[in-house]
Amino acid sequence: MKQCVKAKLVLEDGTSFKGISFGARGENSGEVVFNTAMSGYQEILTDPSYKGQIVTMTYPLIGNYGVNAEDVESNRVFLEGFVVREASRIASNWRSQKSLREYFQENNIMGIEGVDTRALTKHVREKGAMKAVISTEDLNDESLREKAINSAGLIGRDLVKEVTSEHVYDWNDTGKYTVVVIDCGVKLNILRELVKHNCLVKVVPAGTSAETIMDMAPHGVLVSNGPGDPEGVPYLMNTVKTLMKQVPIFGICLGHQILALATGNSTYKLKFGHHGVNHPVKDLRTGKVYITVQNHGFCVKTDLLNREEIEVTHINLNDNTVEGIKYKKFPVFSVQFHPEASSGPHEAVYLFKEFIDLIKGNL
Amino acid sequence: MPKRNDLHKILIIGSGPIVVGQACEFDYSGTQACKALREEGFEIVLINSNPATIMTDPEIADKTYIEPITVEALEKIIEKERPSALLPTLGGQTGLNTAMSAIEAGILDKYNVVMIGADYDAIKKAENRECFKKAVQKIGLDLPKSVLAHSIEQAKEALKEIQLPVIIRPSFTLGGTGGGVANTQNEFERIAELGLKNSRISEILIEESVIGWKEYELELMRDKNDNVVVICGIENLDPMGVHTGDSITVAPIQTLTDKEYQGMRSAAISIIREIGVETGGSNIQFAVNPKNGRMVVIEMNPRVSRSSALASKATGFPIAKIAAKLAVGYTLDEISNDITQKTPASFEPTIDYCVVKIPRFTFEKFPEAQDVLGISMKSVGETMAIGRTFKEALQKGLRGLEIGHKGLDNKQKYNQILDEKIKNRLEEPNASRIFYIKYALQKGMSVEAISNITYIDPWFIDNIKQIVELEDEIKNTFSGDINQIKKNPNLMDILREAKQFGFSDVQIGELIGITEAEIRGIRKENGLEAVFKLVDTCAAEFMAYTPYYYSTYEDEDETRVSDKKKIMILGGGPNRIGQGIEFDYCCSHAAFALRDLGFETIMVNSNPETVSTDYDTSDKLYFEPLTFEDVMNIIDREKPQGVIVQFGGQTPLNLAKKLKDANVPIIGTSVESIDRAENRDKFAKLLKKLHINQPRNGSALSKESAKQIAQKIGYPVLVRPSYVLGGRAMKIVYEDVSLDEFMDEAKDISGEHPVLIDKFLEDAIEVDVDAVSDGEDVFIGGIMEHIEEAGVHSGDSACVLPPHTLGDDIIDAIKDQTVLLAKELNVKGLLNIQFAVKSDIVYVLEVNPRASRTVPFVSKATGVPLAKIAAKIMVGEKLLGFNLTAEKKLDHVSVKESVLPFSRFSGVDIVLGPEMKSTGEVMGIDKSFGIAFYKAQIAAGQNLPNKGNVFISVKNDDKREIVFVAKKLYDMGFNIISTKGTFKALNSNGIKADVVGKFAEGDARLLEFIVRGDIALIINTPSGRSGQSDMKSIRSLAVTHGVPCITTMQGAQAAVNGIEAMLNKKMSVKAIQDYINK
Repeated sequence: MKQCVKAKLVLEDGTSFKGISFGARGENSGEVVFNTAMSGYQEILTDPSYKGQIVTMTYPLIGNYGVNAEDVESNRVFLEGFVVREASRIASNWRSQKSLREYFQENNIMGIEGVDTRALTKHVREKGAMKAVISTEDLNDESLREKAINSAGLIGRDLVKEVTSEHVYDWNDTGKYTVVVIDCGVKLNILRELVKHNCLVKVVPAGTSAETIMDMAPHGVLVSNGPGDPEGVPYLMNTVKTLMKQVPIFGICLGHQILALATGNSTYKLKFGHHGVNHPVKDLRTGKVYITVQNHGFCVKTDLLNREEIEVTHINLNDNTVEGIKYKKFPVFSVQFHPEASSGPHEAVYLFKEFIDLIKGNL
Repeated sequence: MPKRNDLHKILIIGSGPIVVGQACEFDYSGTQACKALREEGFEIVLINSNPATIMTDPEIADKTYIEPITVEALEKIIEKERPSALLPTLGGQTGLNTAMSAIEAGILDKYNVVMIGADYDAIKKAENRECFKKAVQKIGLDLPKSVLAHSIEQAKEALKEIQLPVIIRPSFTLGGTGGGVANTQNEFERIAELGLKNSRISEILIEESVIGWKEYELELMRDKNDNVVVICGIENLDPMGVHTGDSITVAPIQTLTDKEYQGMRSAAISIIREIGVETGGSNIQFAVNPKNGRMVVIEMNPRVSRSSALASKATGFPIAKIAAKLAVGYTLDEISNDITQKTPASFEPTIDYCVVKIPRFTFEKFPEAQDVLGISMKSVGETMAIGRTFKEALQKGLRGLEIGHKGLDNKQKYNQILDEKIKNRLEEPNASRIFYIKYALQKGMSVEAISNITYIDPWFIDNIKQIVELEDEIKNTFSGDINQIKKNPNLMDILREAKQFGFSDVQIGELIGITEAEIRGIRKENGLEAVFKLVDTCAAEFMAYTPYYYSTYEDEDETRVSDKKKIMILGGGPNRIGQGIEFDYCCSHAAFALRDLGFETIMVNSNPETVSTDYDTSDKLYFEPLTFEDVMNIIDREKPQGVIVQFGGQTPLNLAKKLKDANVPIIGTSVESIDRAENRDKFAKLLKKLHINQPRNGSALSKESAKQIAQKIGYPVLVRPSYVLGGRAMKIVYEDVSLDEFMDEAKDISGEHPVLIDKFLEDAIEVDVDAVSDGEDVFIGGIMEHIEEAGVHSGDSACVLPPHTLGDDIIDAIKDQTVLLAKELNVKGLLNIQFAVKSDIVYVLEVNPRASRTVPFVSKATGVPLAKIAAKIMVGEKLLGFNLTAEKKLDHVSVKESVLPFSRFSGVDIVLGPEMKSTGEVMGIDKSFGIAFYKAQIAAGQNLPNKGNVFISVKNDDKREIVFVAKKLYDMGFNIISTKGTFKALNSNGIKADVVGKFAEGDARLLEFIVRGDIALIINTPSGRSGQSDMKSIRSLAVTHGVPCITTMQGAQAAVNGIEAMLNKKMSVKAIQDYINK
C-alpha cells in the first residue's frame, strides 16, 4: 500500500468522513460549505471570502491543471480546509508551476481527499452548513465532534478584520476616476476590473472611517466582498451609512449586505449558501438572464425591503432571493453575486460599466 | 413571453438512415422534440425514411411521412399538409441540408412556411467555411490559417500560402466525408480532388494543420432573448487530427484552467451571437495549442448534434427537448429543469462525476480497410460510462464497448510486442491506441515520452499509469490461492481502490488467478458493494426527482427502491453493424408498454445515442455497461420481478445463461428455448422432430472434420462461427482451400463454440418472418421476401412486405412452420425465422426466439406494434386479448432497403455477402412494388436515373436474365454500355450496346466515364468465386463517385421495375397514419 496520512472530517452533528491528507498535517475548524464549480479551484483557494470555512468541491477531480502564479484572488489562502474526491498527482497545463499537492504542502493548507464529496454535499444540502473539524492528528469521531461544537462558527463574528489589508495602498498609478475600495477581503479581480474601466484604485482597510475615505476625494466607493456574517461588522455599516449620502457606491457580496443593513434592512443565514458559478440571475430591468458567480452564506431578506426607497434590480431564479438592489435616494447600488467572476463566467462584468456611468452622472 | 401563437403545425425533418456520422442520436433528439412540441399543443408533421426509429412511430407525430428525405418529397408534404413552420435543426446534417435546398428552391416561400430554430443566413454563415471564417474574424477570434478552393487549380495555388501538412475539409458534408490530412503534394492533390467531389457546392477548405493540439467542444443553447448557456464542455482525449466522433472524449473539460475555460466560453457565446442562431442548440469546436495556450476556433454546428446527445446524457439536461421549446418562442427561464423541478433551465449544468465516451469501430468487417483514424469519421457507435474518477469511467467504458475487453486489460502480452510496433501504434491514431498506451507504460515508457508521440495530454496518460501501477500492485500482492488472498491484511483496501479505479471483478480475478465469482464473493462478504449515484444536472445542490443512476464505489447509495412490481430491460449497448437502433426501438417499446401496464420499468444501457437512455423512456435508468457484474449489481439492489434479455440484441442474450444461473427471473421465452434454437445440434433435432426441412449441415471443431462435412454435404457451403450476430465472419465457400482459410480465421471468434457448416442453397429466395406468440397462439406479424437471393445477409438484403413472388402454398407452408416452431419452443414474445425457398421447397435457415432487426419495419408496414405486444405477453398477457386474429390484409407495399457504409472505407469491395455490412435501413411505401422499391432506393441514396448510360456486366449464370433487364432499360431510352461477354448476350437478343474492354487489358475508358460522371447506373453481378479484381476497382470507383451500383440480378430487376414505374407515374406521398388506420 502507498504511504498515506489518514485524515478525518467530522461535523458538529457527528457525521464523519474518512479520507487521506494531501496537504498540511494538523487540525482546523470551520463551517463546511460546498462549491459546485468544475474549474477555478485556485481562485477559490485564494478567495478571502472563504475565511472561516472548510470548502468541499463537488467536482471530484481537482488539481488537474496545477497551480500558477497569476490565477490568484489574494496573496494567500484563507480557507480553513479543502475537501476533494481526488487531488491530481500531476499538473498538466502550459502555465502550471506546481502541482496542487506541492502547493498545499508549501503553503501549509489542510487538504483531504478520498471523501465521498457527493454524500457530504447532500448532507450539507439537507441539514444545512455546519461547523466541522478537519484533522490528521485526532481521528476520534467523538472528540472531533466535541471540537466542532465548541468551534467559533460564523454567526456574529468579525472575520473581515482577519482578511482586510493592514494599510491604505494605491493599486495603480493612473485612472480617470478615483475609486476607493473598502477591503473587506477583496478579490483581486475586482481591482483588475476597475483598472480596465479607467479607475485609479485606492484600497483601504475595512476599519477606515468615512472621513478618511472622503478626504481621498473619491469619485466612487466600492464596498467589497468578504467573509462571514454582515452583522458581525457593525462599524462597516456605520461607515457606509455616512458615505451613501456623499459619493456613488457599488457594493459586491458582503458589501451588498452591508449596504442593505445600513438602510435598515436585515439579512439572514441561508441554509447552505450559494457557492458556484452557474446561478441564473435575472436583471429585472431588462429581463435578461445572466449566469453568475456566487459565494455567500448570508442573504438580504426579501420581505422587509422598503420598496419606495429600494428597487430590487436582480433576483436569483433558482430560489428567488434578492441579488441586486438600487437605492433610489442615493447613487448607490449593489449585487449579491460576483461581477468580477474569477472563477466563473464573465458575463456580469457590465455592472462595472454601470458603476462608471453612475460616477459619471454624479460628477 | 410564452410560446408563439402564430404557429399551429410544425414540420420536422428526421435524419434518415443510420450511417457513419449520423446515428440514432437524431432519433433521440427528434423524438424528444416531437413529444415536447405536441405537449405544447402543436400539430406535428414528420418526414423520415428510417422505419427503425421511435420518432416514426405513428403515435409520436400527427402525420408521419416515411418517405425519402428529398426536396421533392418535402415539397409534396408541404403542399399537402401546409405547415406553418419548418424545424430543420433536429435531423442532423441531412435535415439541415434538405431544409437549405428547399429554401433555395423557393419552396418555403411558395407555401408560406417559416423556418424556426435557425434561419437560412445563420445556417449558411455557420456551415459555409468562408462565411464562418469572416464572422469569427469579425469578432476578433483566432482561426487556423486557411484558404478556400473551388477547383484543383485554386487548391494548388493555396499551397503557396499555407505549408504542408494541411487539412482539407469539404464544405457541406456529413462527418467530414472526403476530407483528410495531406503531408505530401501527391496526397494533397488526391484528397483535394475527392473533397471537391464530395462537397455539395464543390468547395474545400485548405487549412493550417493544428494536428496534435488539444481539442474541445462546447454545447450551447440560446433563446430569443439572447440568453445563452453552456450545457457541457467536452475534452477530446485524442487531440486534433482524429474526428471527434472517433475520439475518446471526456466531460467535463479536465485540463484547462478557469481562465482558459472562461475565455473559450465567452468566445463560444460571441460566436453563437454573431452567427445568429436564434434559438436552440449549437456545438462549437476549439483547438488549444498545449505549448502556449493559443486558442483557435475550428467549427460550429448550428443544430443539435451527436455531441449534444452525448452532452444531454452526460449532464441530464435534455438539449433537444429544450431546443424545440425555444424554437417555438419560450425563453430558457420560462422552462423548468425536469430533474430538479424547482429551478429553471436558464442555468449551466454542473456535474460531480466524470464521463468518458468511447467510439466503437467495426474494422473487422472491412479487412481491406486500415484501422487508422483521421478527420473522416469511421466509428459506427459509441458507449458512454460515468464514474467518479476518469480511471473508473475509462475502464467502465472499455468493458461497455463489448469488444472483449474487461476494462483496460491486456489482450496481448506487452513484453512480446516489439517497441517498434508500439511506437507505430502510438504515432498513428487507431482504434486500439488506448491499449498501446498501456503496453508502452508497462514496457517502461514515460508519461512524457508517450505524450510527445501521441500528443495526448499527460494528465490522461498519468491516469492510465495509475491503473497500471495498481494492476502491478494487485499482481504482486496476491497469489492465486484464494485462502492466502483472503488472509492478506491489505486485501480490502486494495480491492476497494481497484473498484474505485473501475476494475471489474473478472479483470481483478484474471490478474491474480481466481474467478470472477470468487472476487465477487470476497466483496460481498466484506460489504464492498457498488453504490448508485444520481445524474442530476446540479452536483447535488438541489433535490433531484429523476431516477437516472450510475454506479461507483463510495459511501452513500442513493437508489430509491420502490415496492412496485418491477421489470428490468437490458439494452443493446453500443451500436455496431448488426446491432443498432432496431434493438433500441424494441427495448424502448418494452418500457413504454410495461409502463402502461403499471409496472415500474428499469432500463440498463450504455449507449448515449439512444431513446432508451432518455430518462423519460423508463421509470428508472441505469447508465451502466452491460456485463454480468454491472447488471447483477443493479439486480441485487432493485430485485426486479422480471428481466427482459430478448430485446437488446446479442448483448443481453449473451448474459442470459449466467443471469439465469444466478437465479435472476428472466421472463418471456426461456433461456433453454433460446439455446435450443441457437445450438445447432439441438436445433437440428428440433427441426427433425417437427419434420421441417433444413439445408444439410454439420458442425466442426477442426479443419479435418470441416472438410469431411463439406465434402459430405457438397460445396458450396455456408460457414460461420456459432453465437454471433450480423453474420460476423460468415462466408460462402466453394472449395477446400477457402474452407481451410476460414477455419484458420474463425477459431478465436467462436471460442469453445464450433464452426457451423451449411449447404448453401444457390439462387434460393430468402424469406424473413416476424411473429409473436404467447406459447399457445401465434400471430404472424409480417412475411418479408428478400430481393437479393439467399447468401446475402438478411440485414443487407432489401425485402418486400407482403411477398411479391411467392405462391399461396409456399406462404401457407411458411406460416404453418412458424406456428409449429413457436409452439414447440414455447415462445413467449417475439420470434424471427429465416426461410429459404428453392424449387418450391421451404427450408428453415434460422430461428431466433427474440427481437429481430425487422420488428420495427414490420410494425411500421402493418401498424401492429409487435414489440409492445410481445413485452406485454412476457408479463403474462395473452394474444387473444389483443384482437389480432389473422395477419392484416394490406393494400400497400413496403420495401426495406439497407444502407451501406462503403464510401467511408476506401478500397473495400462493395459486393454483398453473408457477412452483414450495412449500418442502417430505409423504407419505401406505396401502392405498387415498383414505386415502393424506387422510393427505398432514393431514400438509401441510390439515385436511380431516368435517362443516361447504363453499364452492364454480369456473370455467366445471369446472362439469360440480364437480357430482359437490359431490354427494358433500352426501351425506356437508356444507352447500354457493356463488356464483351455481356455484349454478346445482349446483341444476340437484338439489344444495341457499346462495348468497353477490360481495364486489365488496357482499356481505361470505363473508369474515365465514371470519373466524368457519364455513367448513370452500373449493374455488375460478380461470380461467386474469386478473381474479379477488374470489376472490384470499378465498383469502388462507382461508390466514390456516387454512381448507383447494383450487384445482384434480383436487385437489377427490382430497380428496373422501379425506374419504369416512376417514368409512368409521378411520386406521391402519404402519411403512415393514412396507410394503417383504414
